[in-house]
Amino acid sequence: MAELRNFTLNFGPQHPAAHGVLRMVLELDGEVVMRADPHIGLLHRATEKLAENKTWVQSLPYMDRLDYVSMMCNEHAYCMAIEKLIGIEVPVRAQYIRVMFDEITRVLNHLLWIGCHGLDVGAMTMVLYAFREREDLVDAYEAVSGARMHAAYYRPGGVYRDLPDRMPQYRESKWKSAAQIKPFNEARSGSLLDFLDDFVTRFPKLLDEYETLLTDNRIWKQRLVDVGIVTPERALQRGFSGAMLRGSGIAWDLRKKQPYEVYDRLDFDIPVGVNGDSYDRYLVRMEEMRQSNRIIKQCIEWLRVNPGPVITDNHKVAPPAREGMKSNMEELIHHFKLCTEGIHVPEGEAYSAVEHPKGEFGIYMISDGANKPYRMKIRAPGYVHLSAMDEMCRGHMLADVVTIIGTQDVVFGEIDR
Amino acid sequence: MSAKLEALSLNLQKHLGERIKSLKIALGEVTIEIDAADYIDAMNTLRDEPELQFEELVDLCGVDYSTYGNVEQVGKRYAAVSHLLSIANNWRLRVRCFAPDDSFPSVPSVIAIWNSVNWFEREAFDLYGIVFRGHDDLRRILTDYGFIGHPFRKDFPISGYVEMRYDPDQQRVIYQPVTIEPREVTPRIVREATYGDVE
Repeated sequence: MAELRNFTLNFGPQHPAAHGVLRMVLELDGEVVMRADPHIGLLHRATEKLAENKTWVQSLPYMDRLDYVSMMCNEHAYCMAIEKLIGIEVPVRAQYIRVMFDEITRVLNHLLWIGCHGLDVGAMTMVLYAFREREDLVDAYEAVSGARMHAAYYRPGGVYRDLPDRMPQYRESKWKSAAQIKPFNEARSGSLLDFLDDFVTRFPKLLDEYETLLTDNRIWKQRLVDVGIVTPERALQRGFSGAMLRGSGIAWDLRKKQPYEVYDRLDFDIPVGVNGDSYDRYLVRMEEMRQSNRIIKQCIEWLRVNPGPVITDNHKVAPPAREGMKSNMEELIHHFKLCTEGIHVPEGEAYSAVEHPKGEFGIYMISDGANKPYRMKIRAPGYVHLSAMDEMCRGHMLADVVTIIGTQDVVFGEIDR
Repeated sequence: MSAKLEALSLNLQKHLGERIKSLKIALGEVTIEIDAADYIDAMNTLRDEPELQFEELVDLCGVDYSTYGNVEQVGKRYAAVSHLLSIANNWRLRVRCFAPDDSFPSVPSVIAIWNSVNWFEREAFDLYGIVFRGHDDLRRILTDYGFIGHPFRKDFPISGYVEMRYDPDQQRVIYQPVTIEPREVTPRIVREATYGDVE
């Protein structure tokens, strides 16, 4: 009788369902996965080492490039770590702006996730819908920071500038007449807040649309239900956070449990799963989008009626206004010192974590008092989740591996750093 | 100091006692230092004792203290720093464990206590060369296959030693010594504590 041996399959690094550059060595017995060994690091850029050689503000744009689908949340953790070390207060308006953009980012992330997850398991339509809404939110990013993805908008001490009063509009061109672009510009006729207000009123209906496509869809359920079950005990043991932990039935959300910025003043709920399978995590993330929508709405209302500064007036941390710099010697000196030497952060160490769309994103910062960090460690949620890949895949079919990668919501920018 | 941190530090002293080499509370965070010899024992207590109950290991990273403060450091060079989180008690703790020997840095592995540490220890080994005793799969994780050296050590240049390019003659990717000079645009400066004070 012929000897039967397990079959080893190389999955990735250029596989459309690998969500980036994941190489996985799968040991298969027939079509059943016996062992999965993810090889990561193909996108390793040594962000942490680079940060040690740059001033505190210079490495802020690197944060956008970590998890490149939830840019501002990464910046948030980084800024919070510096603010904690220096001990400065962020103006309330800046805190609301940050919270609003964190939630916009969460919706952006989840939309991309649902689109790609859908593509992975065969729901081709989802990605088209998701990108339609992402477009609006990315426009909000652009209006506020000038960049559609890598915003570098949050700064230690606040945010770079206040929300714009006007939204950029579509212009008439050879290809589009004035009548054609008019409906596109309708929501853009007011300020950014008006634009977002229009979005949050539309969005719950759109979410219902997505749910009619997926939630009771037979194929969707066949692919997701009971795939990649994680018990609450194992989820803790494996260090899960975010939707991965909540999907397993543990009500843990940093925004509620260890509130930062103004989350304690806002009204929202935390969805929790029951079975800990991929389908529950899908439901949790869908509900998170609805809750984010609620938070954005509350922030818009607050921001409309409460003008104020958006960055600290401590000029040892944030540069002075251009006008002040041109007329005042003291501010000119501050500007010069900040732009040549950078912020000096007092000696100490701090860990700051935010509830990132993917889980707990933390920055551990050690400062020795210099104008550069001594050590920065990025705690990426995806890194921990992917390390549980082997455990989650074992005993599943080869096709389920793709579902599990999708449900973990991995992005290689943050995993490889 | 808040009541919560107070309670945590009291509980730590009660259950770990002598094993804590130092306990520091700063910026709303508790940091303890533990000897490598007591490490496993103390970590087990931290997880299992209901008054501490750190169910989750959030993060573990290596640190190289050799150029701290821009001056030559005496004392141990490498440390493994872990961040623990208790879901039940809603508090966090930082545990630092220095590797006793600088020439062969080694710390016991906590993989049996928290499985989530697997890749973190591989990463610390890869980037700092800290060997975690008891880890059964201590391979490199982030650097290239066949990489030489530990890139996050402070004496490793930021440009690295080798670069990779495609060689048209050999028709394959080759490694060669780096052709770029390391440059520092903004020098690293540590000012004295009172620098720039108005008073």
